[in-house]
Amino acid sequence: MPQALAERRPDLAQRVLHVREMARWIRKRALRMVFEARQGHPGGDLSATDVLATLYFDSMRYDPGQPADPARDRFIMSKGHATGALYSTLAKAGFFPEEELTTYMQPLSRLNGHPNRVKIPGVETNTGPLGHGLPVAVGIAIAGQIDRADYRVFVITGDGELQEGSNWEAAMTAGHRKLSNLTVVVDRNRLQQGAGTEDTVGLEPLGDKWRAFGWDVVEVNGHDVEALIPLLDGSVARSRPLCIVANTIKGKGVSFMENKASWHHGVPNAEQYAQAMKELDA
Amino acid sequence: MSSPAPAKAGLYDCRDAYVATLEALGAADPRVVAVVNDSVGSSKLGGFRDKFPERLINVGIAEQAMVGVGAGLANGGKIAFVSGAACFLTGRALEQVKADCAYSQANVKLCGISSGVAYGELGPTHHSIEDVAWLRTMGDITVIVPADPWETEQAIRAAAALDGPVFVRISRMGVPALPRPADATFTIGKAEVLREGNNAAILANGTVVCRALAAAEELAQQGIAARVINMASMSPIDVEAILAAAQTGAIVTAEEHSVRGGLGSAVAEIVSQNQPCRMKILGFEGFQPTGSAEFLMERAGLTGPSIASAVRTLLGR
Ligand SMILES: Cc1ncc(C[n+]2csc(CCOP(=O)(O)OP(=O)(O)O)c2C)c(N)n1
Ligand SMILES: [Mg+2]
Repeated sequence: MPQALAERRPDLAQRVLHVREMARWIRKRALRMVFEARQGHPGGDLSATDVLATLYFDSMRYDPGQPADPARDRFIMSKGHATGALYSTLAKAGFFPEEELTTYMQPLSRLNGHPNRVKIPGVETNTGPLGHGLPVAVGIAIAGQIDRADYRVFVITGDGELQEGSNWEAAMTAGHRKLSNLTVVVDRNRLQQGAGTEDTVGLEPLGDKWRAFGWDVVEVNGHDVEALIPLLDGSVARSRPLCIVANTIKGKGVSFMENKASWHHGVPNAEQYAQAMKELDA
Repeated sequence: MSSPAPAKAGLYDCRDAYVATLEALGAADPRVVAVVNDSVGSSKLGGFRDKFPERLINVGIAEQAMVGVGAGLANGGKIAFVSGAACFLTGRALEQVKADCAYSQANVKLCGISSGVAYGELGPTHHSIEDVAWLRTMGDITVIVPADPWETEQAIRAAAALDGPVFVRISRMGVPALPRPADATFTIGKAEVLREGNNAAILANGTVVCRALAAAEELAQQGIAARVINMASMSPIDVEAILAAAQTGAIVTAEEHSVRGGLGSAVAEIVSQNQPCRMKILGFEGFQPTGSAEFLMERAGLTGPSIASAVRTLLGR
């Protein structure tokens, strides 16, 4: 099992730089996928990118050549609609060829709109219906606890997604069992499909909810790689599961997409695409 | 009520007929409410919300609560139309559908939106090709699969008029308005013979009915008279019409649903025990690969030419 970057390269500035470069690449690649497929979920791709990049290119231990290695750290994209970002990340991490990203949502491609572990190496469980990732992650974390294994388990959930009760059932078990090997990152972009979370069914006080369920809670700017790194790299020993409320911007990095519900599953036209690429390169 | 305009030339999105009917019902009866799961847009309920803001209840992304809340609203005297993507409404909340609606005989109308493979490339998690099988086996819930805008309106009106649980499967795949006599009526439990013929019978529902008619047209040119029956009412089902179809000696069923447990199975249950005849069941075999809705329909043989070919094979021609 290769070491994570976090273990190999102690210089924080270098790590930050590397993750940022990866994040820029993922954003551009994800947007190109959505543009070419004429569908997808760009808003949620862009809000989750910095967390994803930090996990895969700094914190996590994995070997893309051995995707089923029992010692690997596990990641679950519970907001399974964010496949533009997820597939780009997995390809960049070496789980499958980058060229395959051009088949996104094409007939008979294994890269459909939501990830399929049966076909794509690196995917731990099939998501798409919201509220499935955390319960599965809790199961993995319990297995790790039974085996005294030192792998860690990470989940990204949407914030709207937390309206699903299954999350809270799983959160209760995780708190009860003190699953210190489990980290959930809430992509707190404050928007769901049709409107703001607080205008639909409010989540606040969100951190207090997790605390009440027996979790450690940290709030962070979800685009601040320097702040994300020490939270995700395992450098702090824990006795309880960790919930990171990552305050993010839906559509982050593309000015006209930022904080707009309509870009949840909007598709840019050629002009908008060119503009977006320019902004992401800047 | 005048029908909404077609979304594409000659093709209608049945969600438009659904929401237009719901708005009309809402205006006539203050008990009519809509319950959604962050699905105002995908259910096209923006108009209903603007007209009756107090009667649009968005429970957030929480389908189990959505169906339970629908049953509670019924208990409180409301006529609750619970609207969400068919895959999540049925799959996620199946036990609520069973216990709170069907078993409890709650006056809830479950409207499964964008059913079948309408979500195409979004994959099997978003396809709803098991829903009819799941709900049909409960028996105590009415299941309707309308084929076009007119029938969608009739189904929604019939659901509102019935005191009890109903599931209406509402597609967004473009369908033409089916040719019907001006005095056509819709009755829960009754099949609709859209074309006469005694050489074979094609039984279809939902988005596949127009394709069955195209198949019959092709067959007619080859001297084969195929009866076409619209089986919108899946539960209760029209046993008489099925047994009459079996007398032709050859039945092809075609549905935008799994080949296990849906229309084909329902017909086979009746035919095999009463009037055995040769059958072919057309639909989806398990989880579907990546592709557009139309790509998947073609691959499963749910096109006019493929249905016609299945009839010829049954007849040995
Ligand atoms: C069980 C379920 N219900 C509904 C949906 C439809 N849906 C897809 S994405 C989405 C909104 C998700 O919002 P959020 O979790 O905040 O994600 P993000 O803002 O990061 O895109 C909805 C309602 C779904 N995928 N699964
Ligand atoms: Mg969100």
